[in-house]
Amino acid sequence: MSIPEHVLVVGASAAGLTTAEALRRKGFGGRLTLLGAEDAAPYDRPPLSKQVLSGAWEPTRAQLRTADALDALDAEFLLGDPAVALDAGRRSVRTAFGAAVTADAVVVATGLRPRELPGQDGLRGVHVVRTVADALALRSDLLGAGRVVVVGDGVLGAETAATARSMGPAVYLVGPQPAPMTGQLGPLAAGHLADLHRRNGVALRTGVLLDALLSRDGAVTGVRLSDGEELPADVVVAAVGCSPATDWLADSGLVLDDGVVCDARCRAAEGVWAVGDVARWHHRGLGRLLRLENRTNATEQALAVAGDIMGEDRPYVPVPYFWTDQYDVKVQVFGLLSAESRAEVVAGDPAEGRFVVRHEGPRGPVGVLGWRMPKQTRLHRASIVDHYTRPLENAAP
Amino acid sequence: MKITVDEEKCCGAGQCVLIAPEVFDQRDEDGIVVLLDAEPAAEHHGLVRESASVCPAAAIHLDEA
Repeated sequence: MSIPEHVLVVGASAAGLTTAEALRRKGFGGRLTLLGAEDAAPYDRPPLSKQVLSGAWEPTRAQLRTADALDALDAEFLLGDPAVALDAGRRSVRTAFGAAVTADAVVVATGLRPRELPGQDGLRGVHVVRTVADALALRSDLLGAGRVVVVGDGVLGAETAATARSMGPAVYLVGPQPAPMTGQLGPLAAGHLADLHRRNGVALRTGVLLDALLSRDGAVTGVRLSDGEELPADVVVAAVGCSPATDWLADSGLVLDDGVVCDARCRAAEGVWAVGDVARWHHRGLGRLLRLENRTNATEQALAVAGDIMGEDRPYVPVPYFWTDQYDVKVQVFGLLSAESRAEVVAGDPAEGRFVVRHEGPRGPVGVLGWRMPKQTRLHRASIVDHYTRPLENAAP
Repeated sequence: MKITVDEEKCCGAGQCVLIAPEVFDQRDEDGIVVLLDAEPAAEHHGLVRESASVCPAAAIHLDEA
């Protein structure tokens, strides 16, 4: 494959922008175009549920790069105009305002769309948290709120509940798991997270789903849970996960199955790559398709895609990593934890509120979780690298 | 090349330490970045640029003037 003359990146958030930067750093001198659905300079999403929501940061602080750094990229930014169709064979993208851009290489970096709650549409007081506009709208409602219900016990729900609590209102955190983030943290750390929320005054409702939103005169008044309990609320946050933003690719010719399906080099078709939250690629170390919704993957996968466009020809085999900040606690996870893996404390002491847990699978260590011990957690990462980077067929039995 | 880091933005991921351990380290207590060498030799520049690019908090700034 020869190096293209024109690269079009569809999506101007962390994954798309990093792809563009990495291309330039690797010596790409051709034409570079970035399409963005939002009419805003590229910004970072992890602060939205924390510093931007709490007001600790002005929204501009979350911008990923300065105007000078964006200028230096020598790229054409077409912002505020979402892509609506791709012809993968011709590598041509059409936008909502009718622009058509054809390139030699197309990188799909359109990220995620938040799922909504049934009956949420048009109801005042119900919010998702995906864009900076979402975060500011939620902030505005939280400032006058007495009672808040956060529906969803993943990372976004847990972080939003923690931030909302710090802003004054009574907060309920509702979800199906036995403790918030059990799926991502394992039972031990998730139990500590549940305690942390309770100590900070968040009321947990575990093992329950949303049955219905309650409303009057077009505004939400509360929720009814699957066990029949009703919780009154002025504000409800929908943090029930996201779907890959692939609706615009329906007629593209790409394979779509919980994201854009790619090979080990993140190629979705000849001259078409996918990167970030939207990409489901073949992770050769794990021997299966994997899609990661986290900030670190956005940039690491962007480097891999830029490298492949430039002919480096290497599979993308990352050790997954994410972190979450809630109250004064930073939790970091390297690898993928599962309910079947055995957890063992390898540093610190849970009773003292600082610890590192290693998860062992049938073939050895698969994950490392740190609770307020960032440096030690990183040092333990070395024990799981083989599990992700060593091809499965060469693995020890 | 002159490196500056924003300790308030830093999220303690340690990606920079993994990529360029001769230039970056982390504090023991909270994982916040420690700059070992603000004006590293040319041989480190490539890895420093990669660290700045992958930093999940966009907390590493480079002045290459």
